[in-house]
Amino acid sequence: MSAPAAAAPAPASQQGARAATGPEQGHLAAIRRALPRHRGRPQDAAGLTTYVVLGVVALLFLAPFGYMLVAASRPMAEMNTFPPPLLPGPDLWKNIATAVRQQNIGLALGNSLIVSGIITASTALFCTLAGYAFAKLRFRGRDLLFGVTLGTMMIPPSLSVVPLYSIMADLGLAGSLSSVVLPSLVAAFGVFFMRQYLSSALPDELLEAARMDGATALRTFWSVVLPIARPGMAVLGMLTFMTAWNDFFWPVITLNSTNPTVQVALNNLGSGYVPDTAVIMAGTLVGTLPVLVVFVVLGRQIVGGIISGAVKG
Amino acid sequence: MTVQLDRPVPGDSPGTGGPVRLPWRSRLHAWEGRSAPYLYVTPFFLVFAAFGLFPLVYTAFISLHRYKLGSRMSWIGFDNYVWLFTNGAFYNSLWKTITIGVLSTVPQLMLALGLAHLLNYRLRGRTFLRVAMLMPYATSVAAATLVFALIFGRDAGIINGLLGLVGIDPVDWRNGDWTAQIAISVIVIWRWTGYNALIYLAGMQSISSDLYEAAALDGANRWQQFRHVTLPGLRPTILFTIVVSTIGASQLFGEPLLFGGGQANGGPVGQYQTLGLFMYQQGWQFGQLGRAATVAWVTFLLIIGLVLLNTRLSKLRGGADR
Repeated sequence: MSAPAAAAPAPASQQGARAATGPEQGHLAAIRRALPRHRGRPQDAAGLTTYVVLGVVALLFLAPFGYMLVAASRPMAEMNTFPPPLLPGPDLWKNIATAVRQQNIGLALGNSLIVSGIITASTALFCTLAGYAFAKLRFRGRDLLFGVTLGTMMIPPSLSVVPLYSIMADLGLAGSLSSVVLPSLVAAFGVFFMRQYLSSALPDELLEAARMDGATALRTFWSVVLPIARPGMAVLGMLTFMTAWNDFFWPVITLNSTNPTVQVALNNLGSGYVPDTAVIMAGTLVGTLPVLVVFVVLGRQIVGGIISGAVKG
Repeated sequence: MTVQLDRPVPGDSPGTGGPVRLPWRSRLHAWEGRSAPYLYVTPFFLVFAAFGLFPLVYTAFISLHRYKLGSRMSWIGFDNYVWLFTNGAFYNSLWKTITIGVLSTVPQLMLALGLAHLLNYRLRGRTFLRVAMLMPYATSVAAATLVFALIFGRDAGIINGLLGLVGIDPVDWRNGDWTAQIAISVIVIWRWTGYNALIYLAGMQSISSDLYEAAALDGANRWQQFRHVTLPGLRPTILFTIVVSTIGASQLFGEPLLFGGGQANGGPVGQYQTLGLFMYQQGWQFGQLGRAATVAWVTFLLIIGLVLLNTRLSKLRGGADR
């Protein structure tokens, strides 16, 4: 109801401003034309040098992936030559099969999918719930609780590893996938992210309207908040999935090689005395590919998510 | 604004005839409205308290005990701390953590700043470039380290091949002191530069272009604009990335572990044994969980000190500039 009323004055005042600054604008434009082109300003078109530099950097960033693929598909003897071959060779499937046989890569992929999937779903849901409360609801102790959440975002993972190990042993969960999932079910960053997202994406008027219609709090969350939160949840979900998939420290400590996640399997692959580096690279490729595919397909959204999370942070 | 004032507030509706007249349904409704926020934050805080806050305190508790893998804890007071502070390996790993931290963080953030500046131009293929810069960030520590261990190989590594082109003899990256630290830093730089560049880019795009126009009108050239408009505008962002990178550097674990082929000693003479690796070695190779907890707790205190120092320094510098 109040939305159109609030929106109405904006265009008018803009027009007014435009009219008032009309002559000045021409003046400014003249000065601007007279000045030498100040190329350092943002949103100026990039020159050739910029493209060349960025191209080289992009190449450096991507080259290791190419190296991974080539090294995974050729006998090591061929990689020993310089310059190394630039195109993949014929051994890729054979090496992948060997890696899968030696290090349970198949099981590791399945385990990582389960672990990351559960962590992603629960983080997205619980952090949206809490983020919504922190963004839009008033309650006693809100600022204190949010402060605690923010403060612990910076706690390093190594700090909790020893006690987690002890707790999981007491719970009889040592070595199980649950011991990896449980500590990551929620993340302080997720609460922060969803709070930022919802405080700008969710108009108060909508909550107002739901309240006037007599919707219960849970119903409001389900039918009003969730649909609006969905794009933010998707970005948070992608970031969470990536983090969970790549998590190293704790899984390496709690899991063993009989029931590994991908990163634990890679650790074993790199720690064992596997003489064939091609097999190591094949395993690395298989373990990295799922995240990279997600990333290439949804890269634009992830980049947007990181940028929008950063501005407010 | 006015709408908000006269809307019925669930939970406290004094003027409507008192609670007696309220049917149970709307009282339930009001109660739900008041308790809902707590319901919403409960799942988060339950897990968070159990696996985030409790371990924090518990680590300190464990550090005061002798606690071996597979046995019970016994109280030994500050013995673990005495052991730690009289241990040469601890000071070595502390020093290596600092040097690798500087070697990886400083070039990383400077490169990121330059990259962000270039990415801030109007570019064709913008999305491709941004995604390409973030691909290393999406790669796991393990995968990145395994690839770079090959790239930095002594006999077949591509880096030594390139160095050979300009007449430099093959470098034994892994067994050297500084060379191993540089190689590990390169892995960190590769993984994190693009991420930090995007953070800086976001900060740059929130700087008003009016500032640049004003600076240009004052005759500031490209460099002066960067120095006097971009950098001050980015100060909070830069501080943020420094804090995050400092914490990250103090946690280096997977890179030195796998660069050394899964050995926790960080090279034959510990030339790249970081604090994270030292802790892992104590806890899960020597089975001394109490000592590992002590390392973790001391690392944490060091981080807090560093972050506070960072913040203080940047405030001082901010004041001096103005």
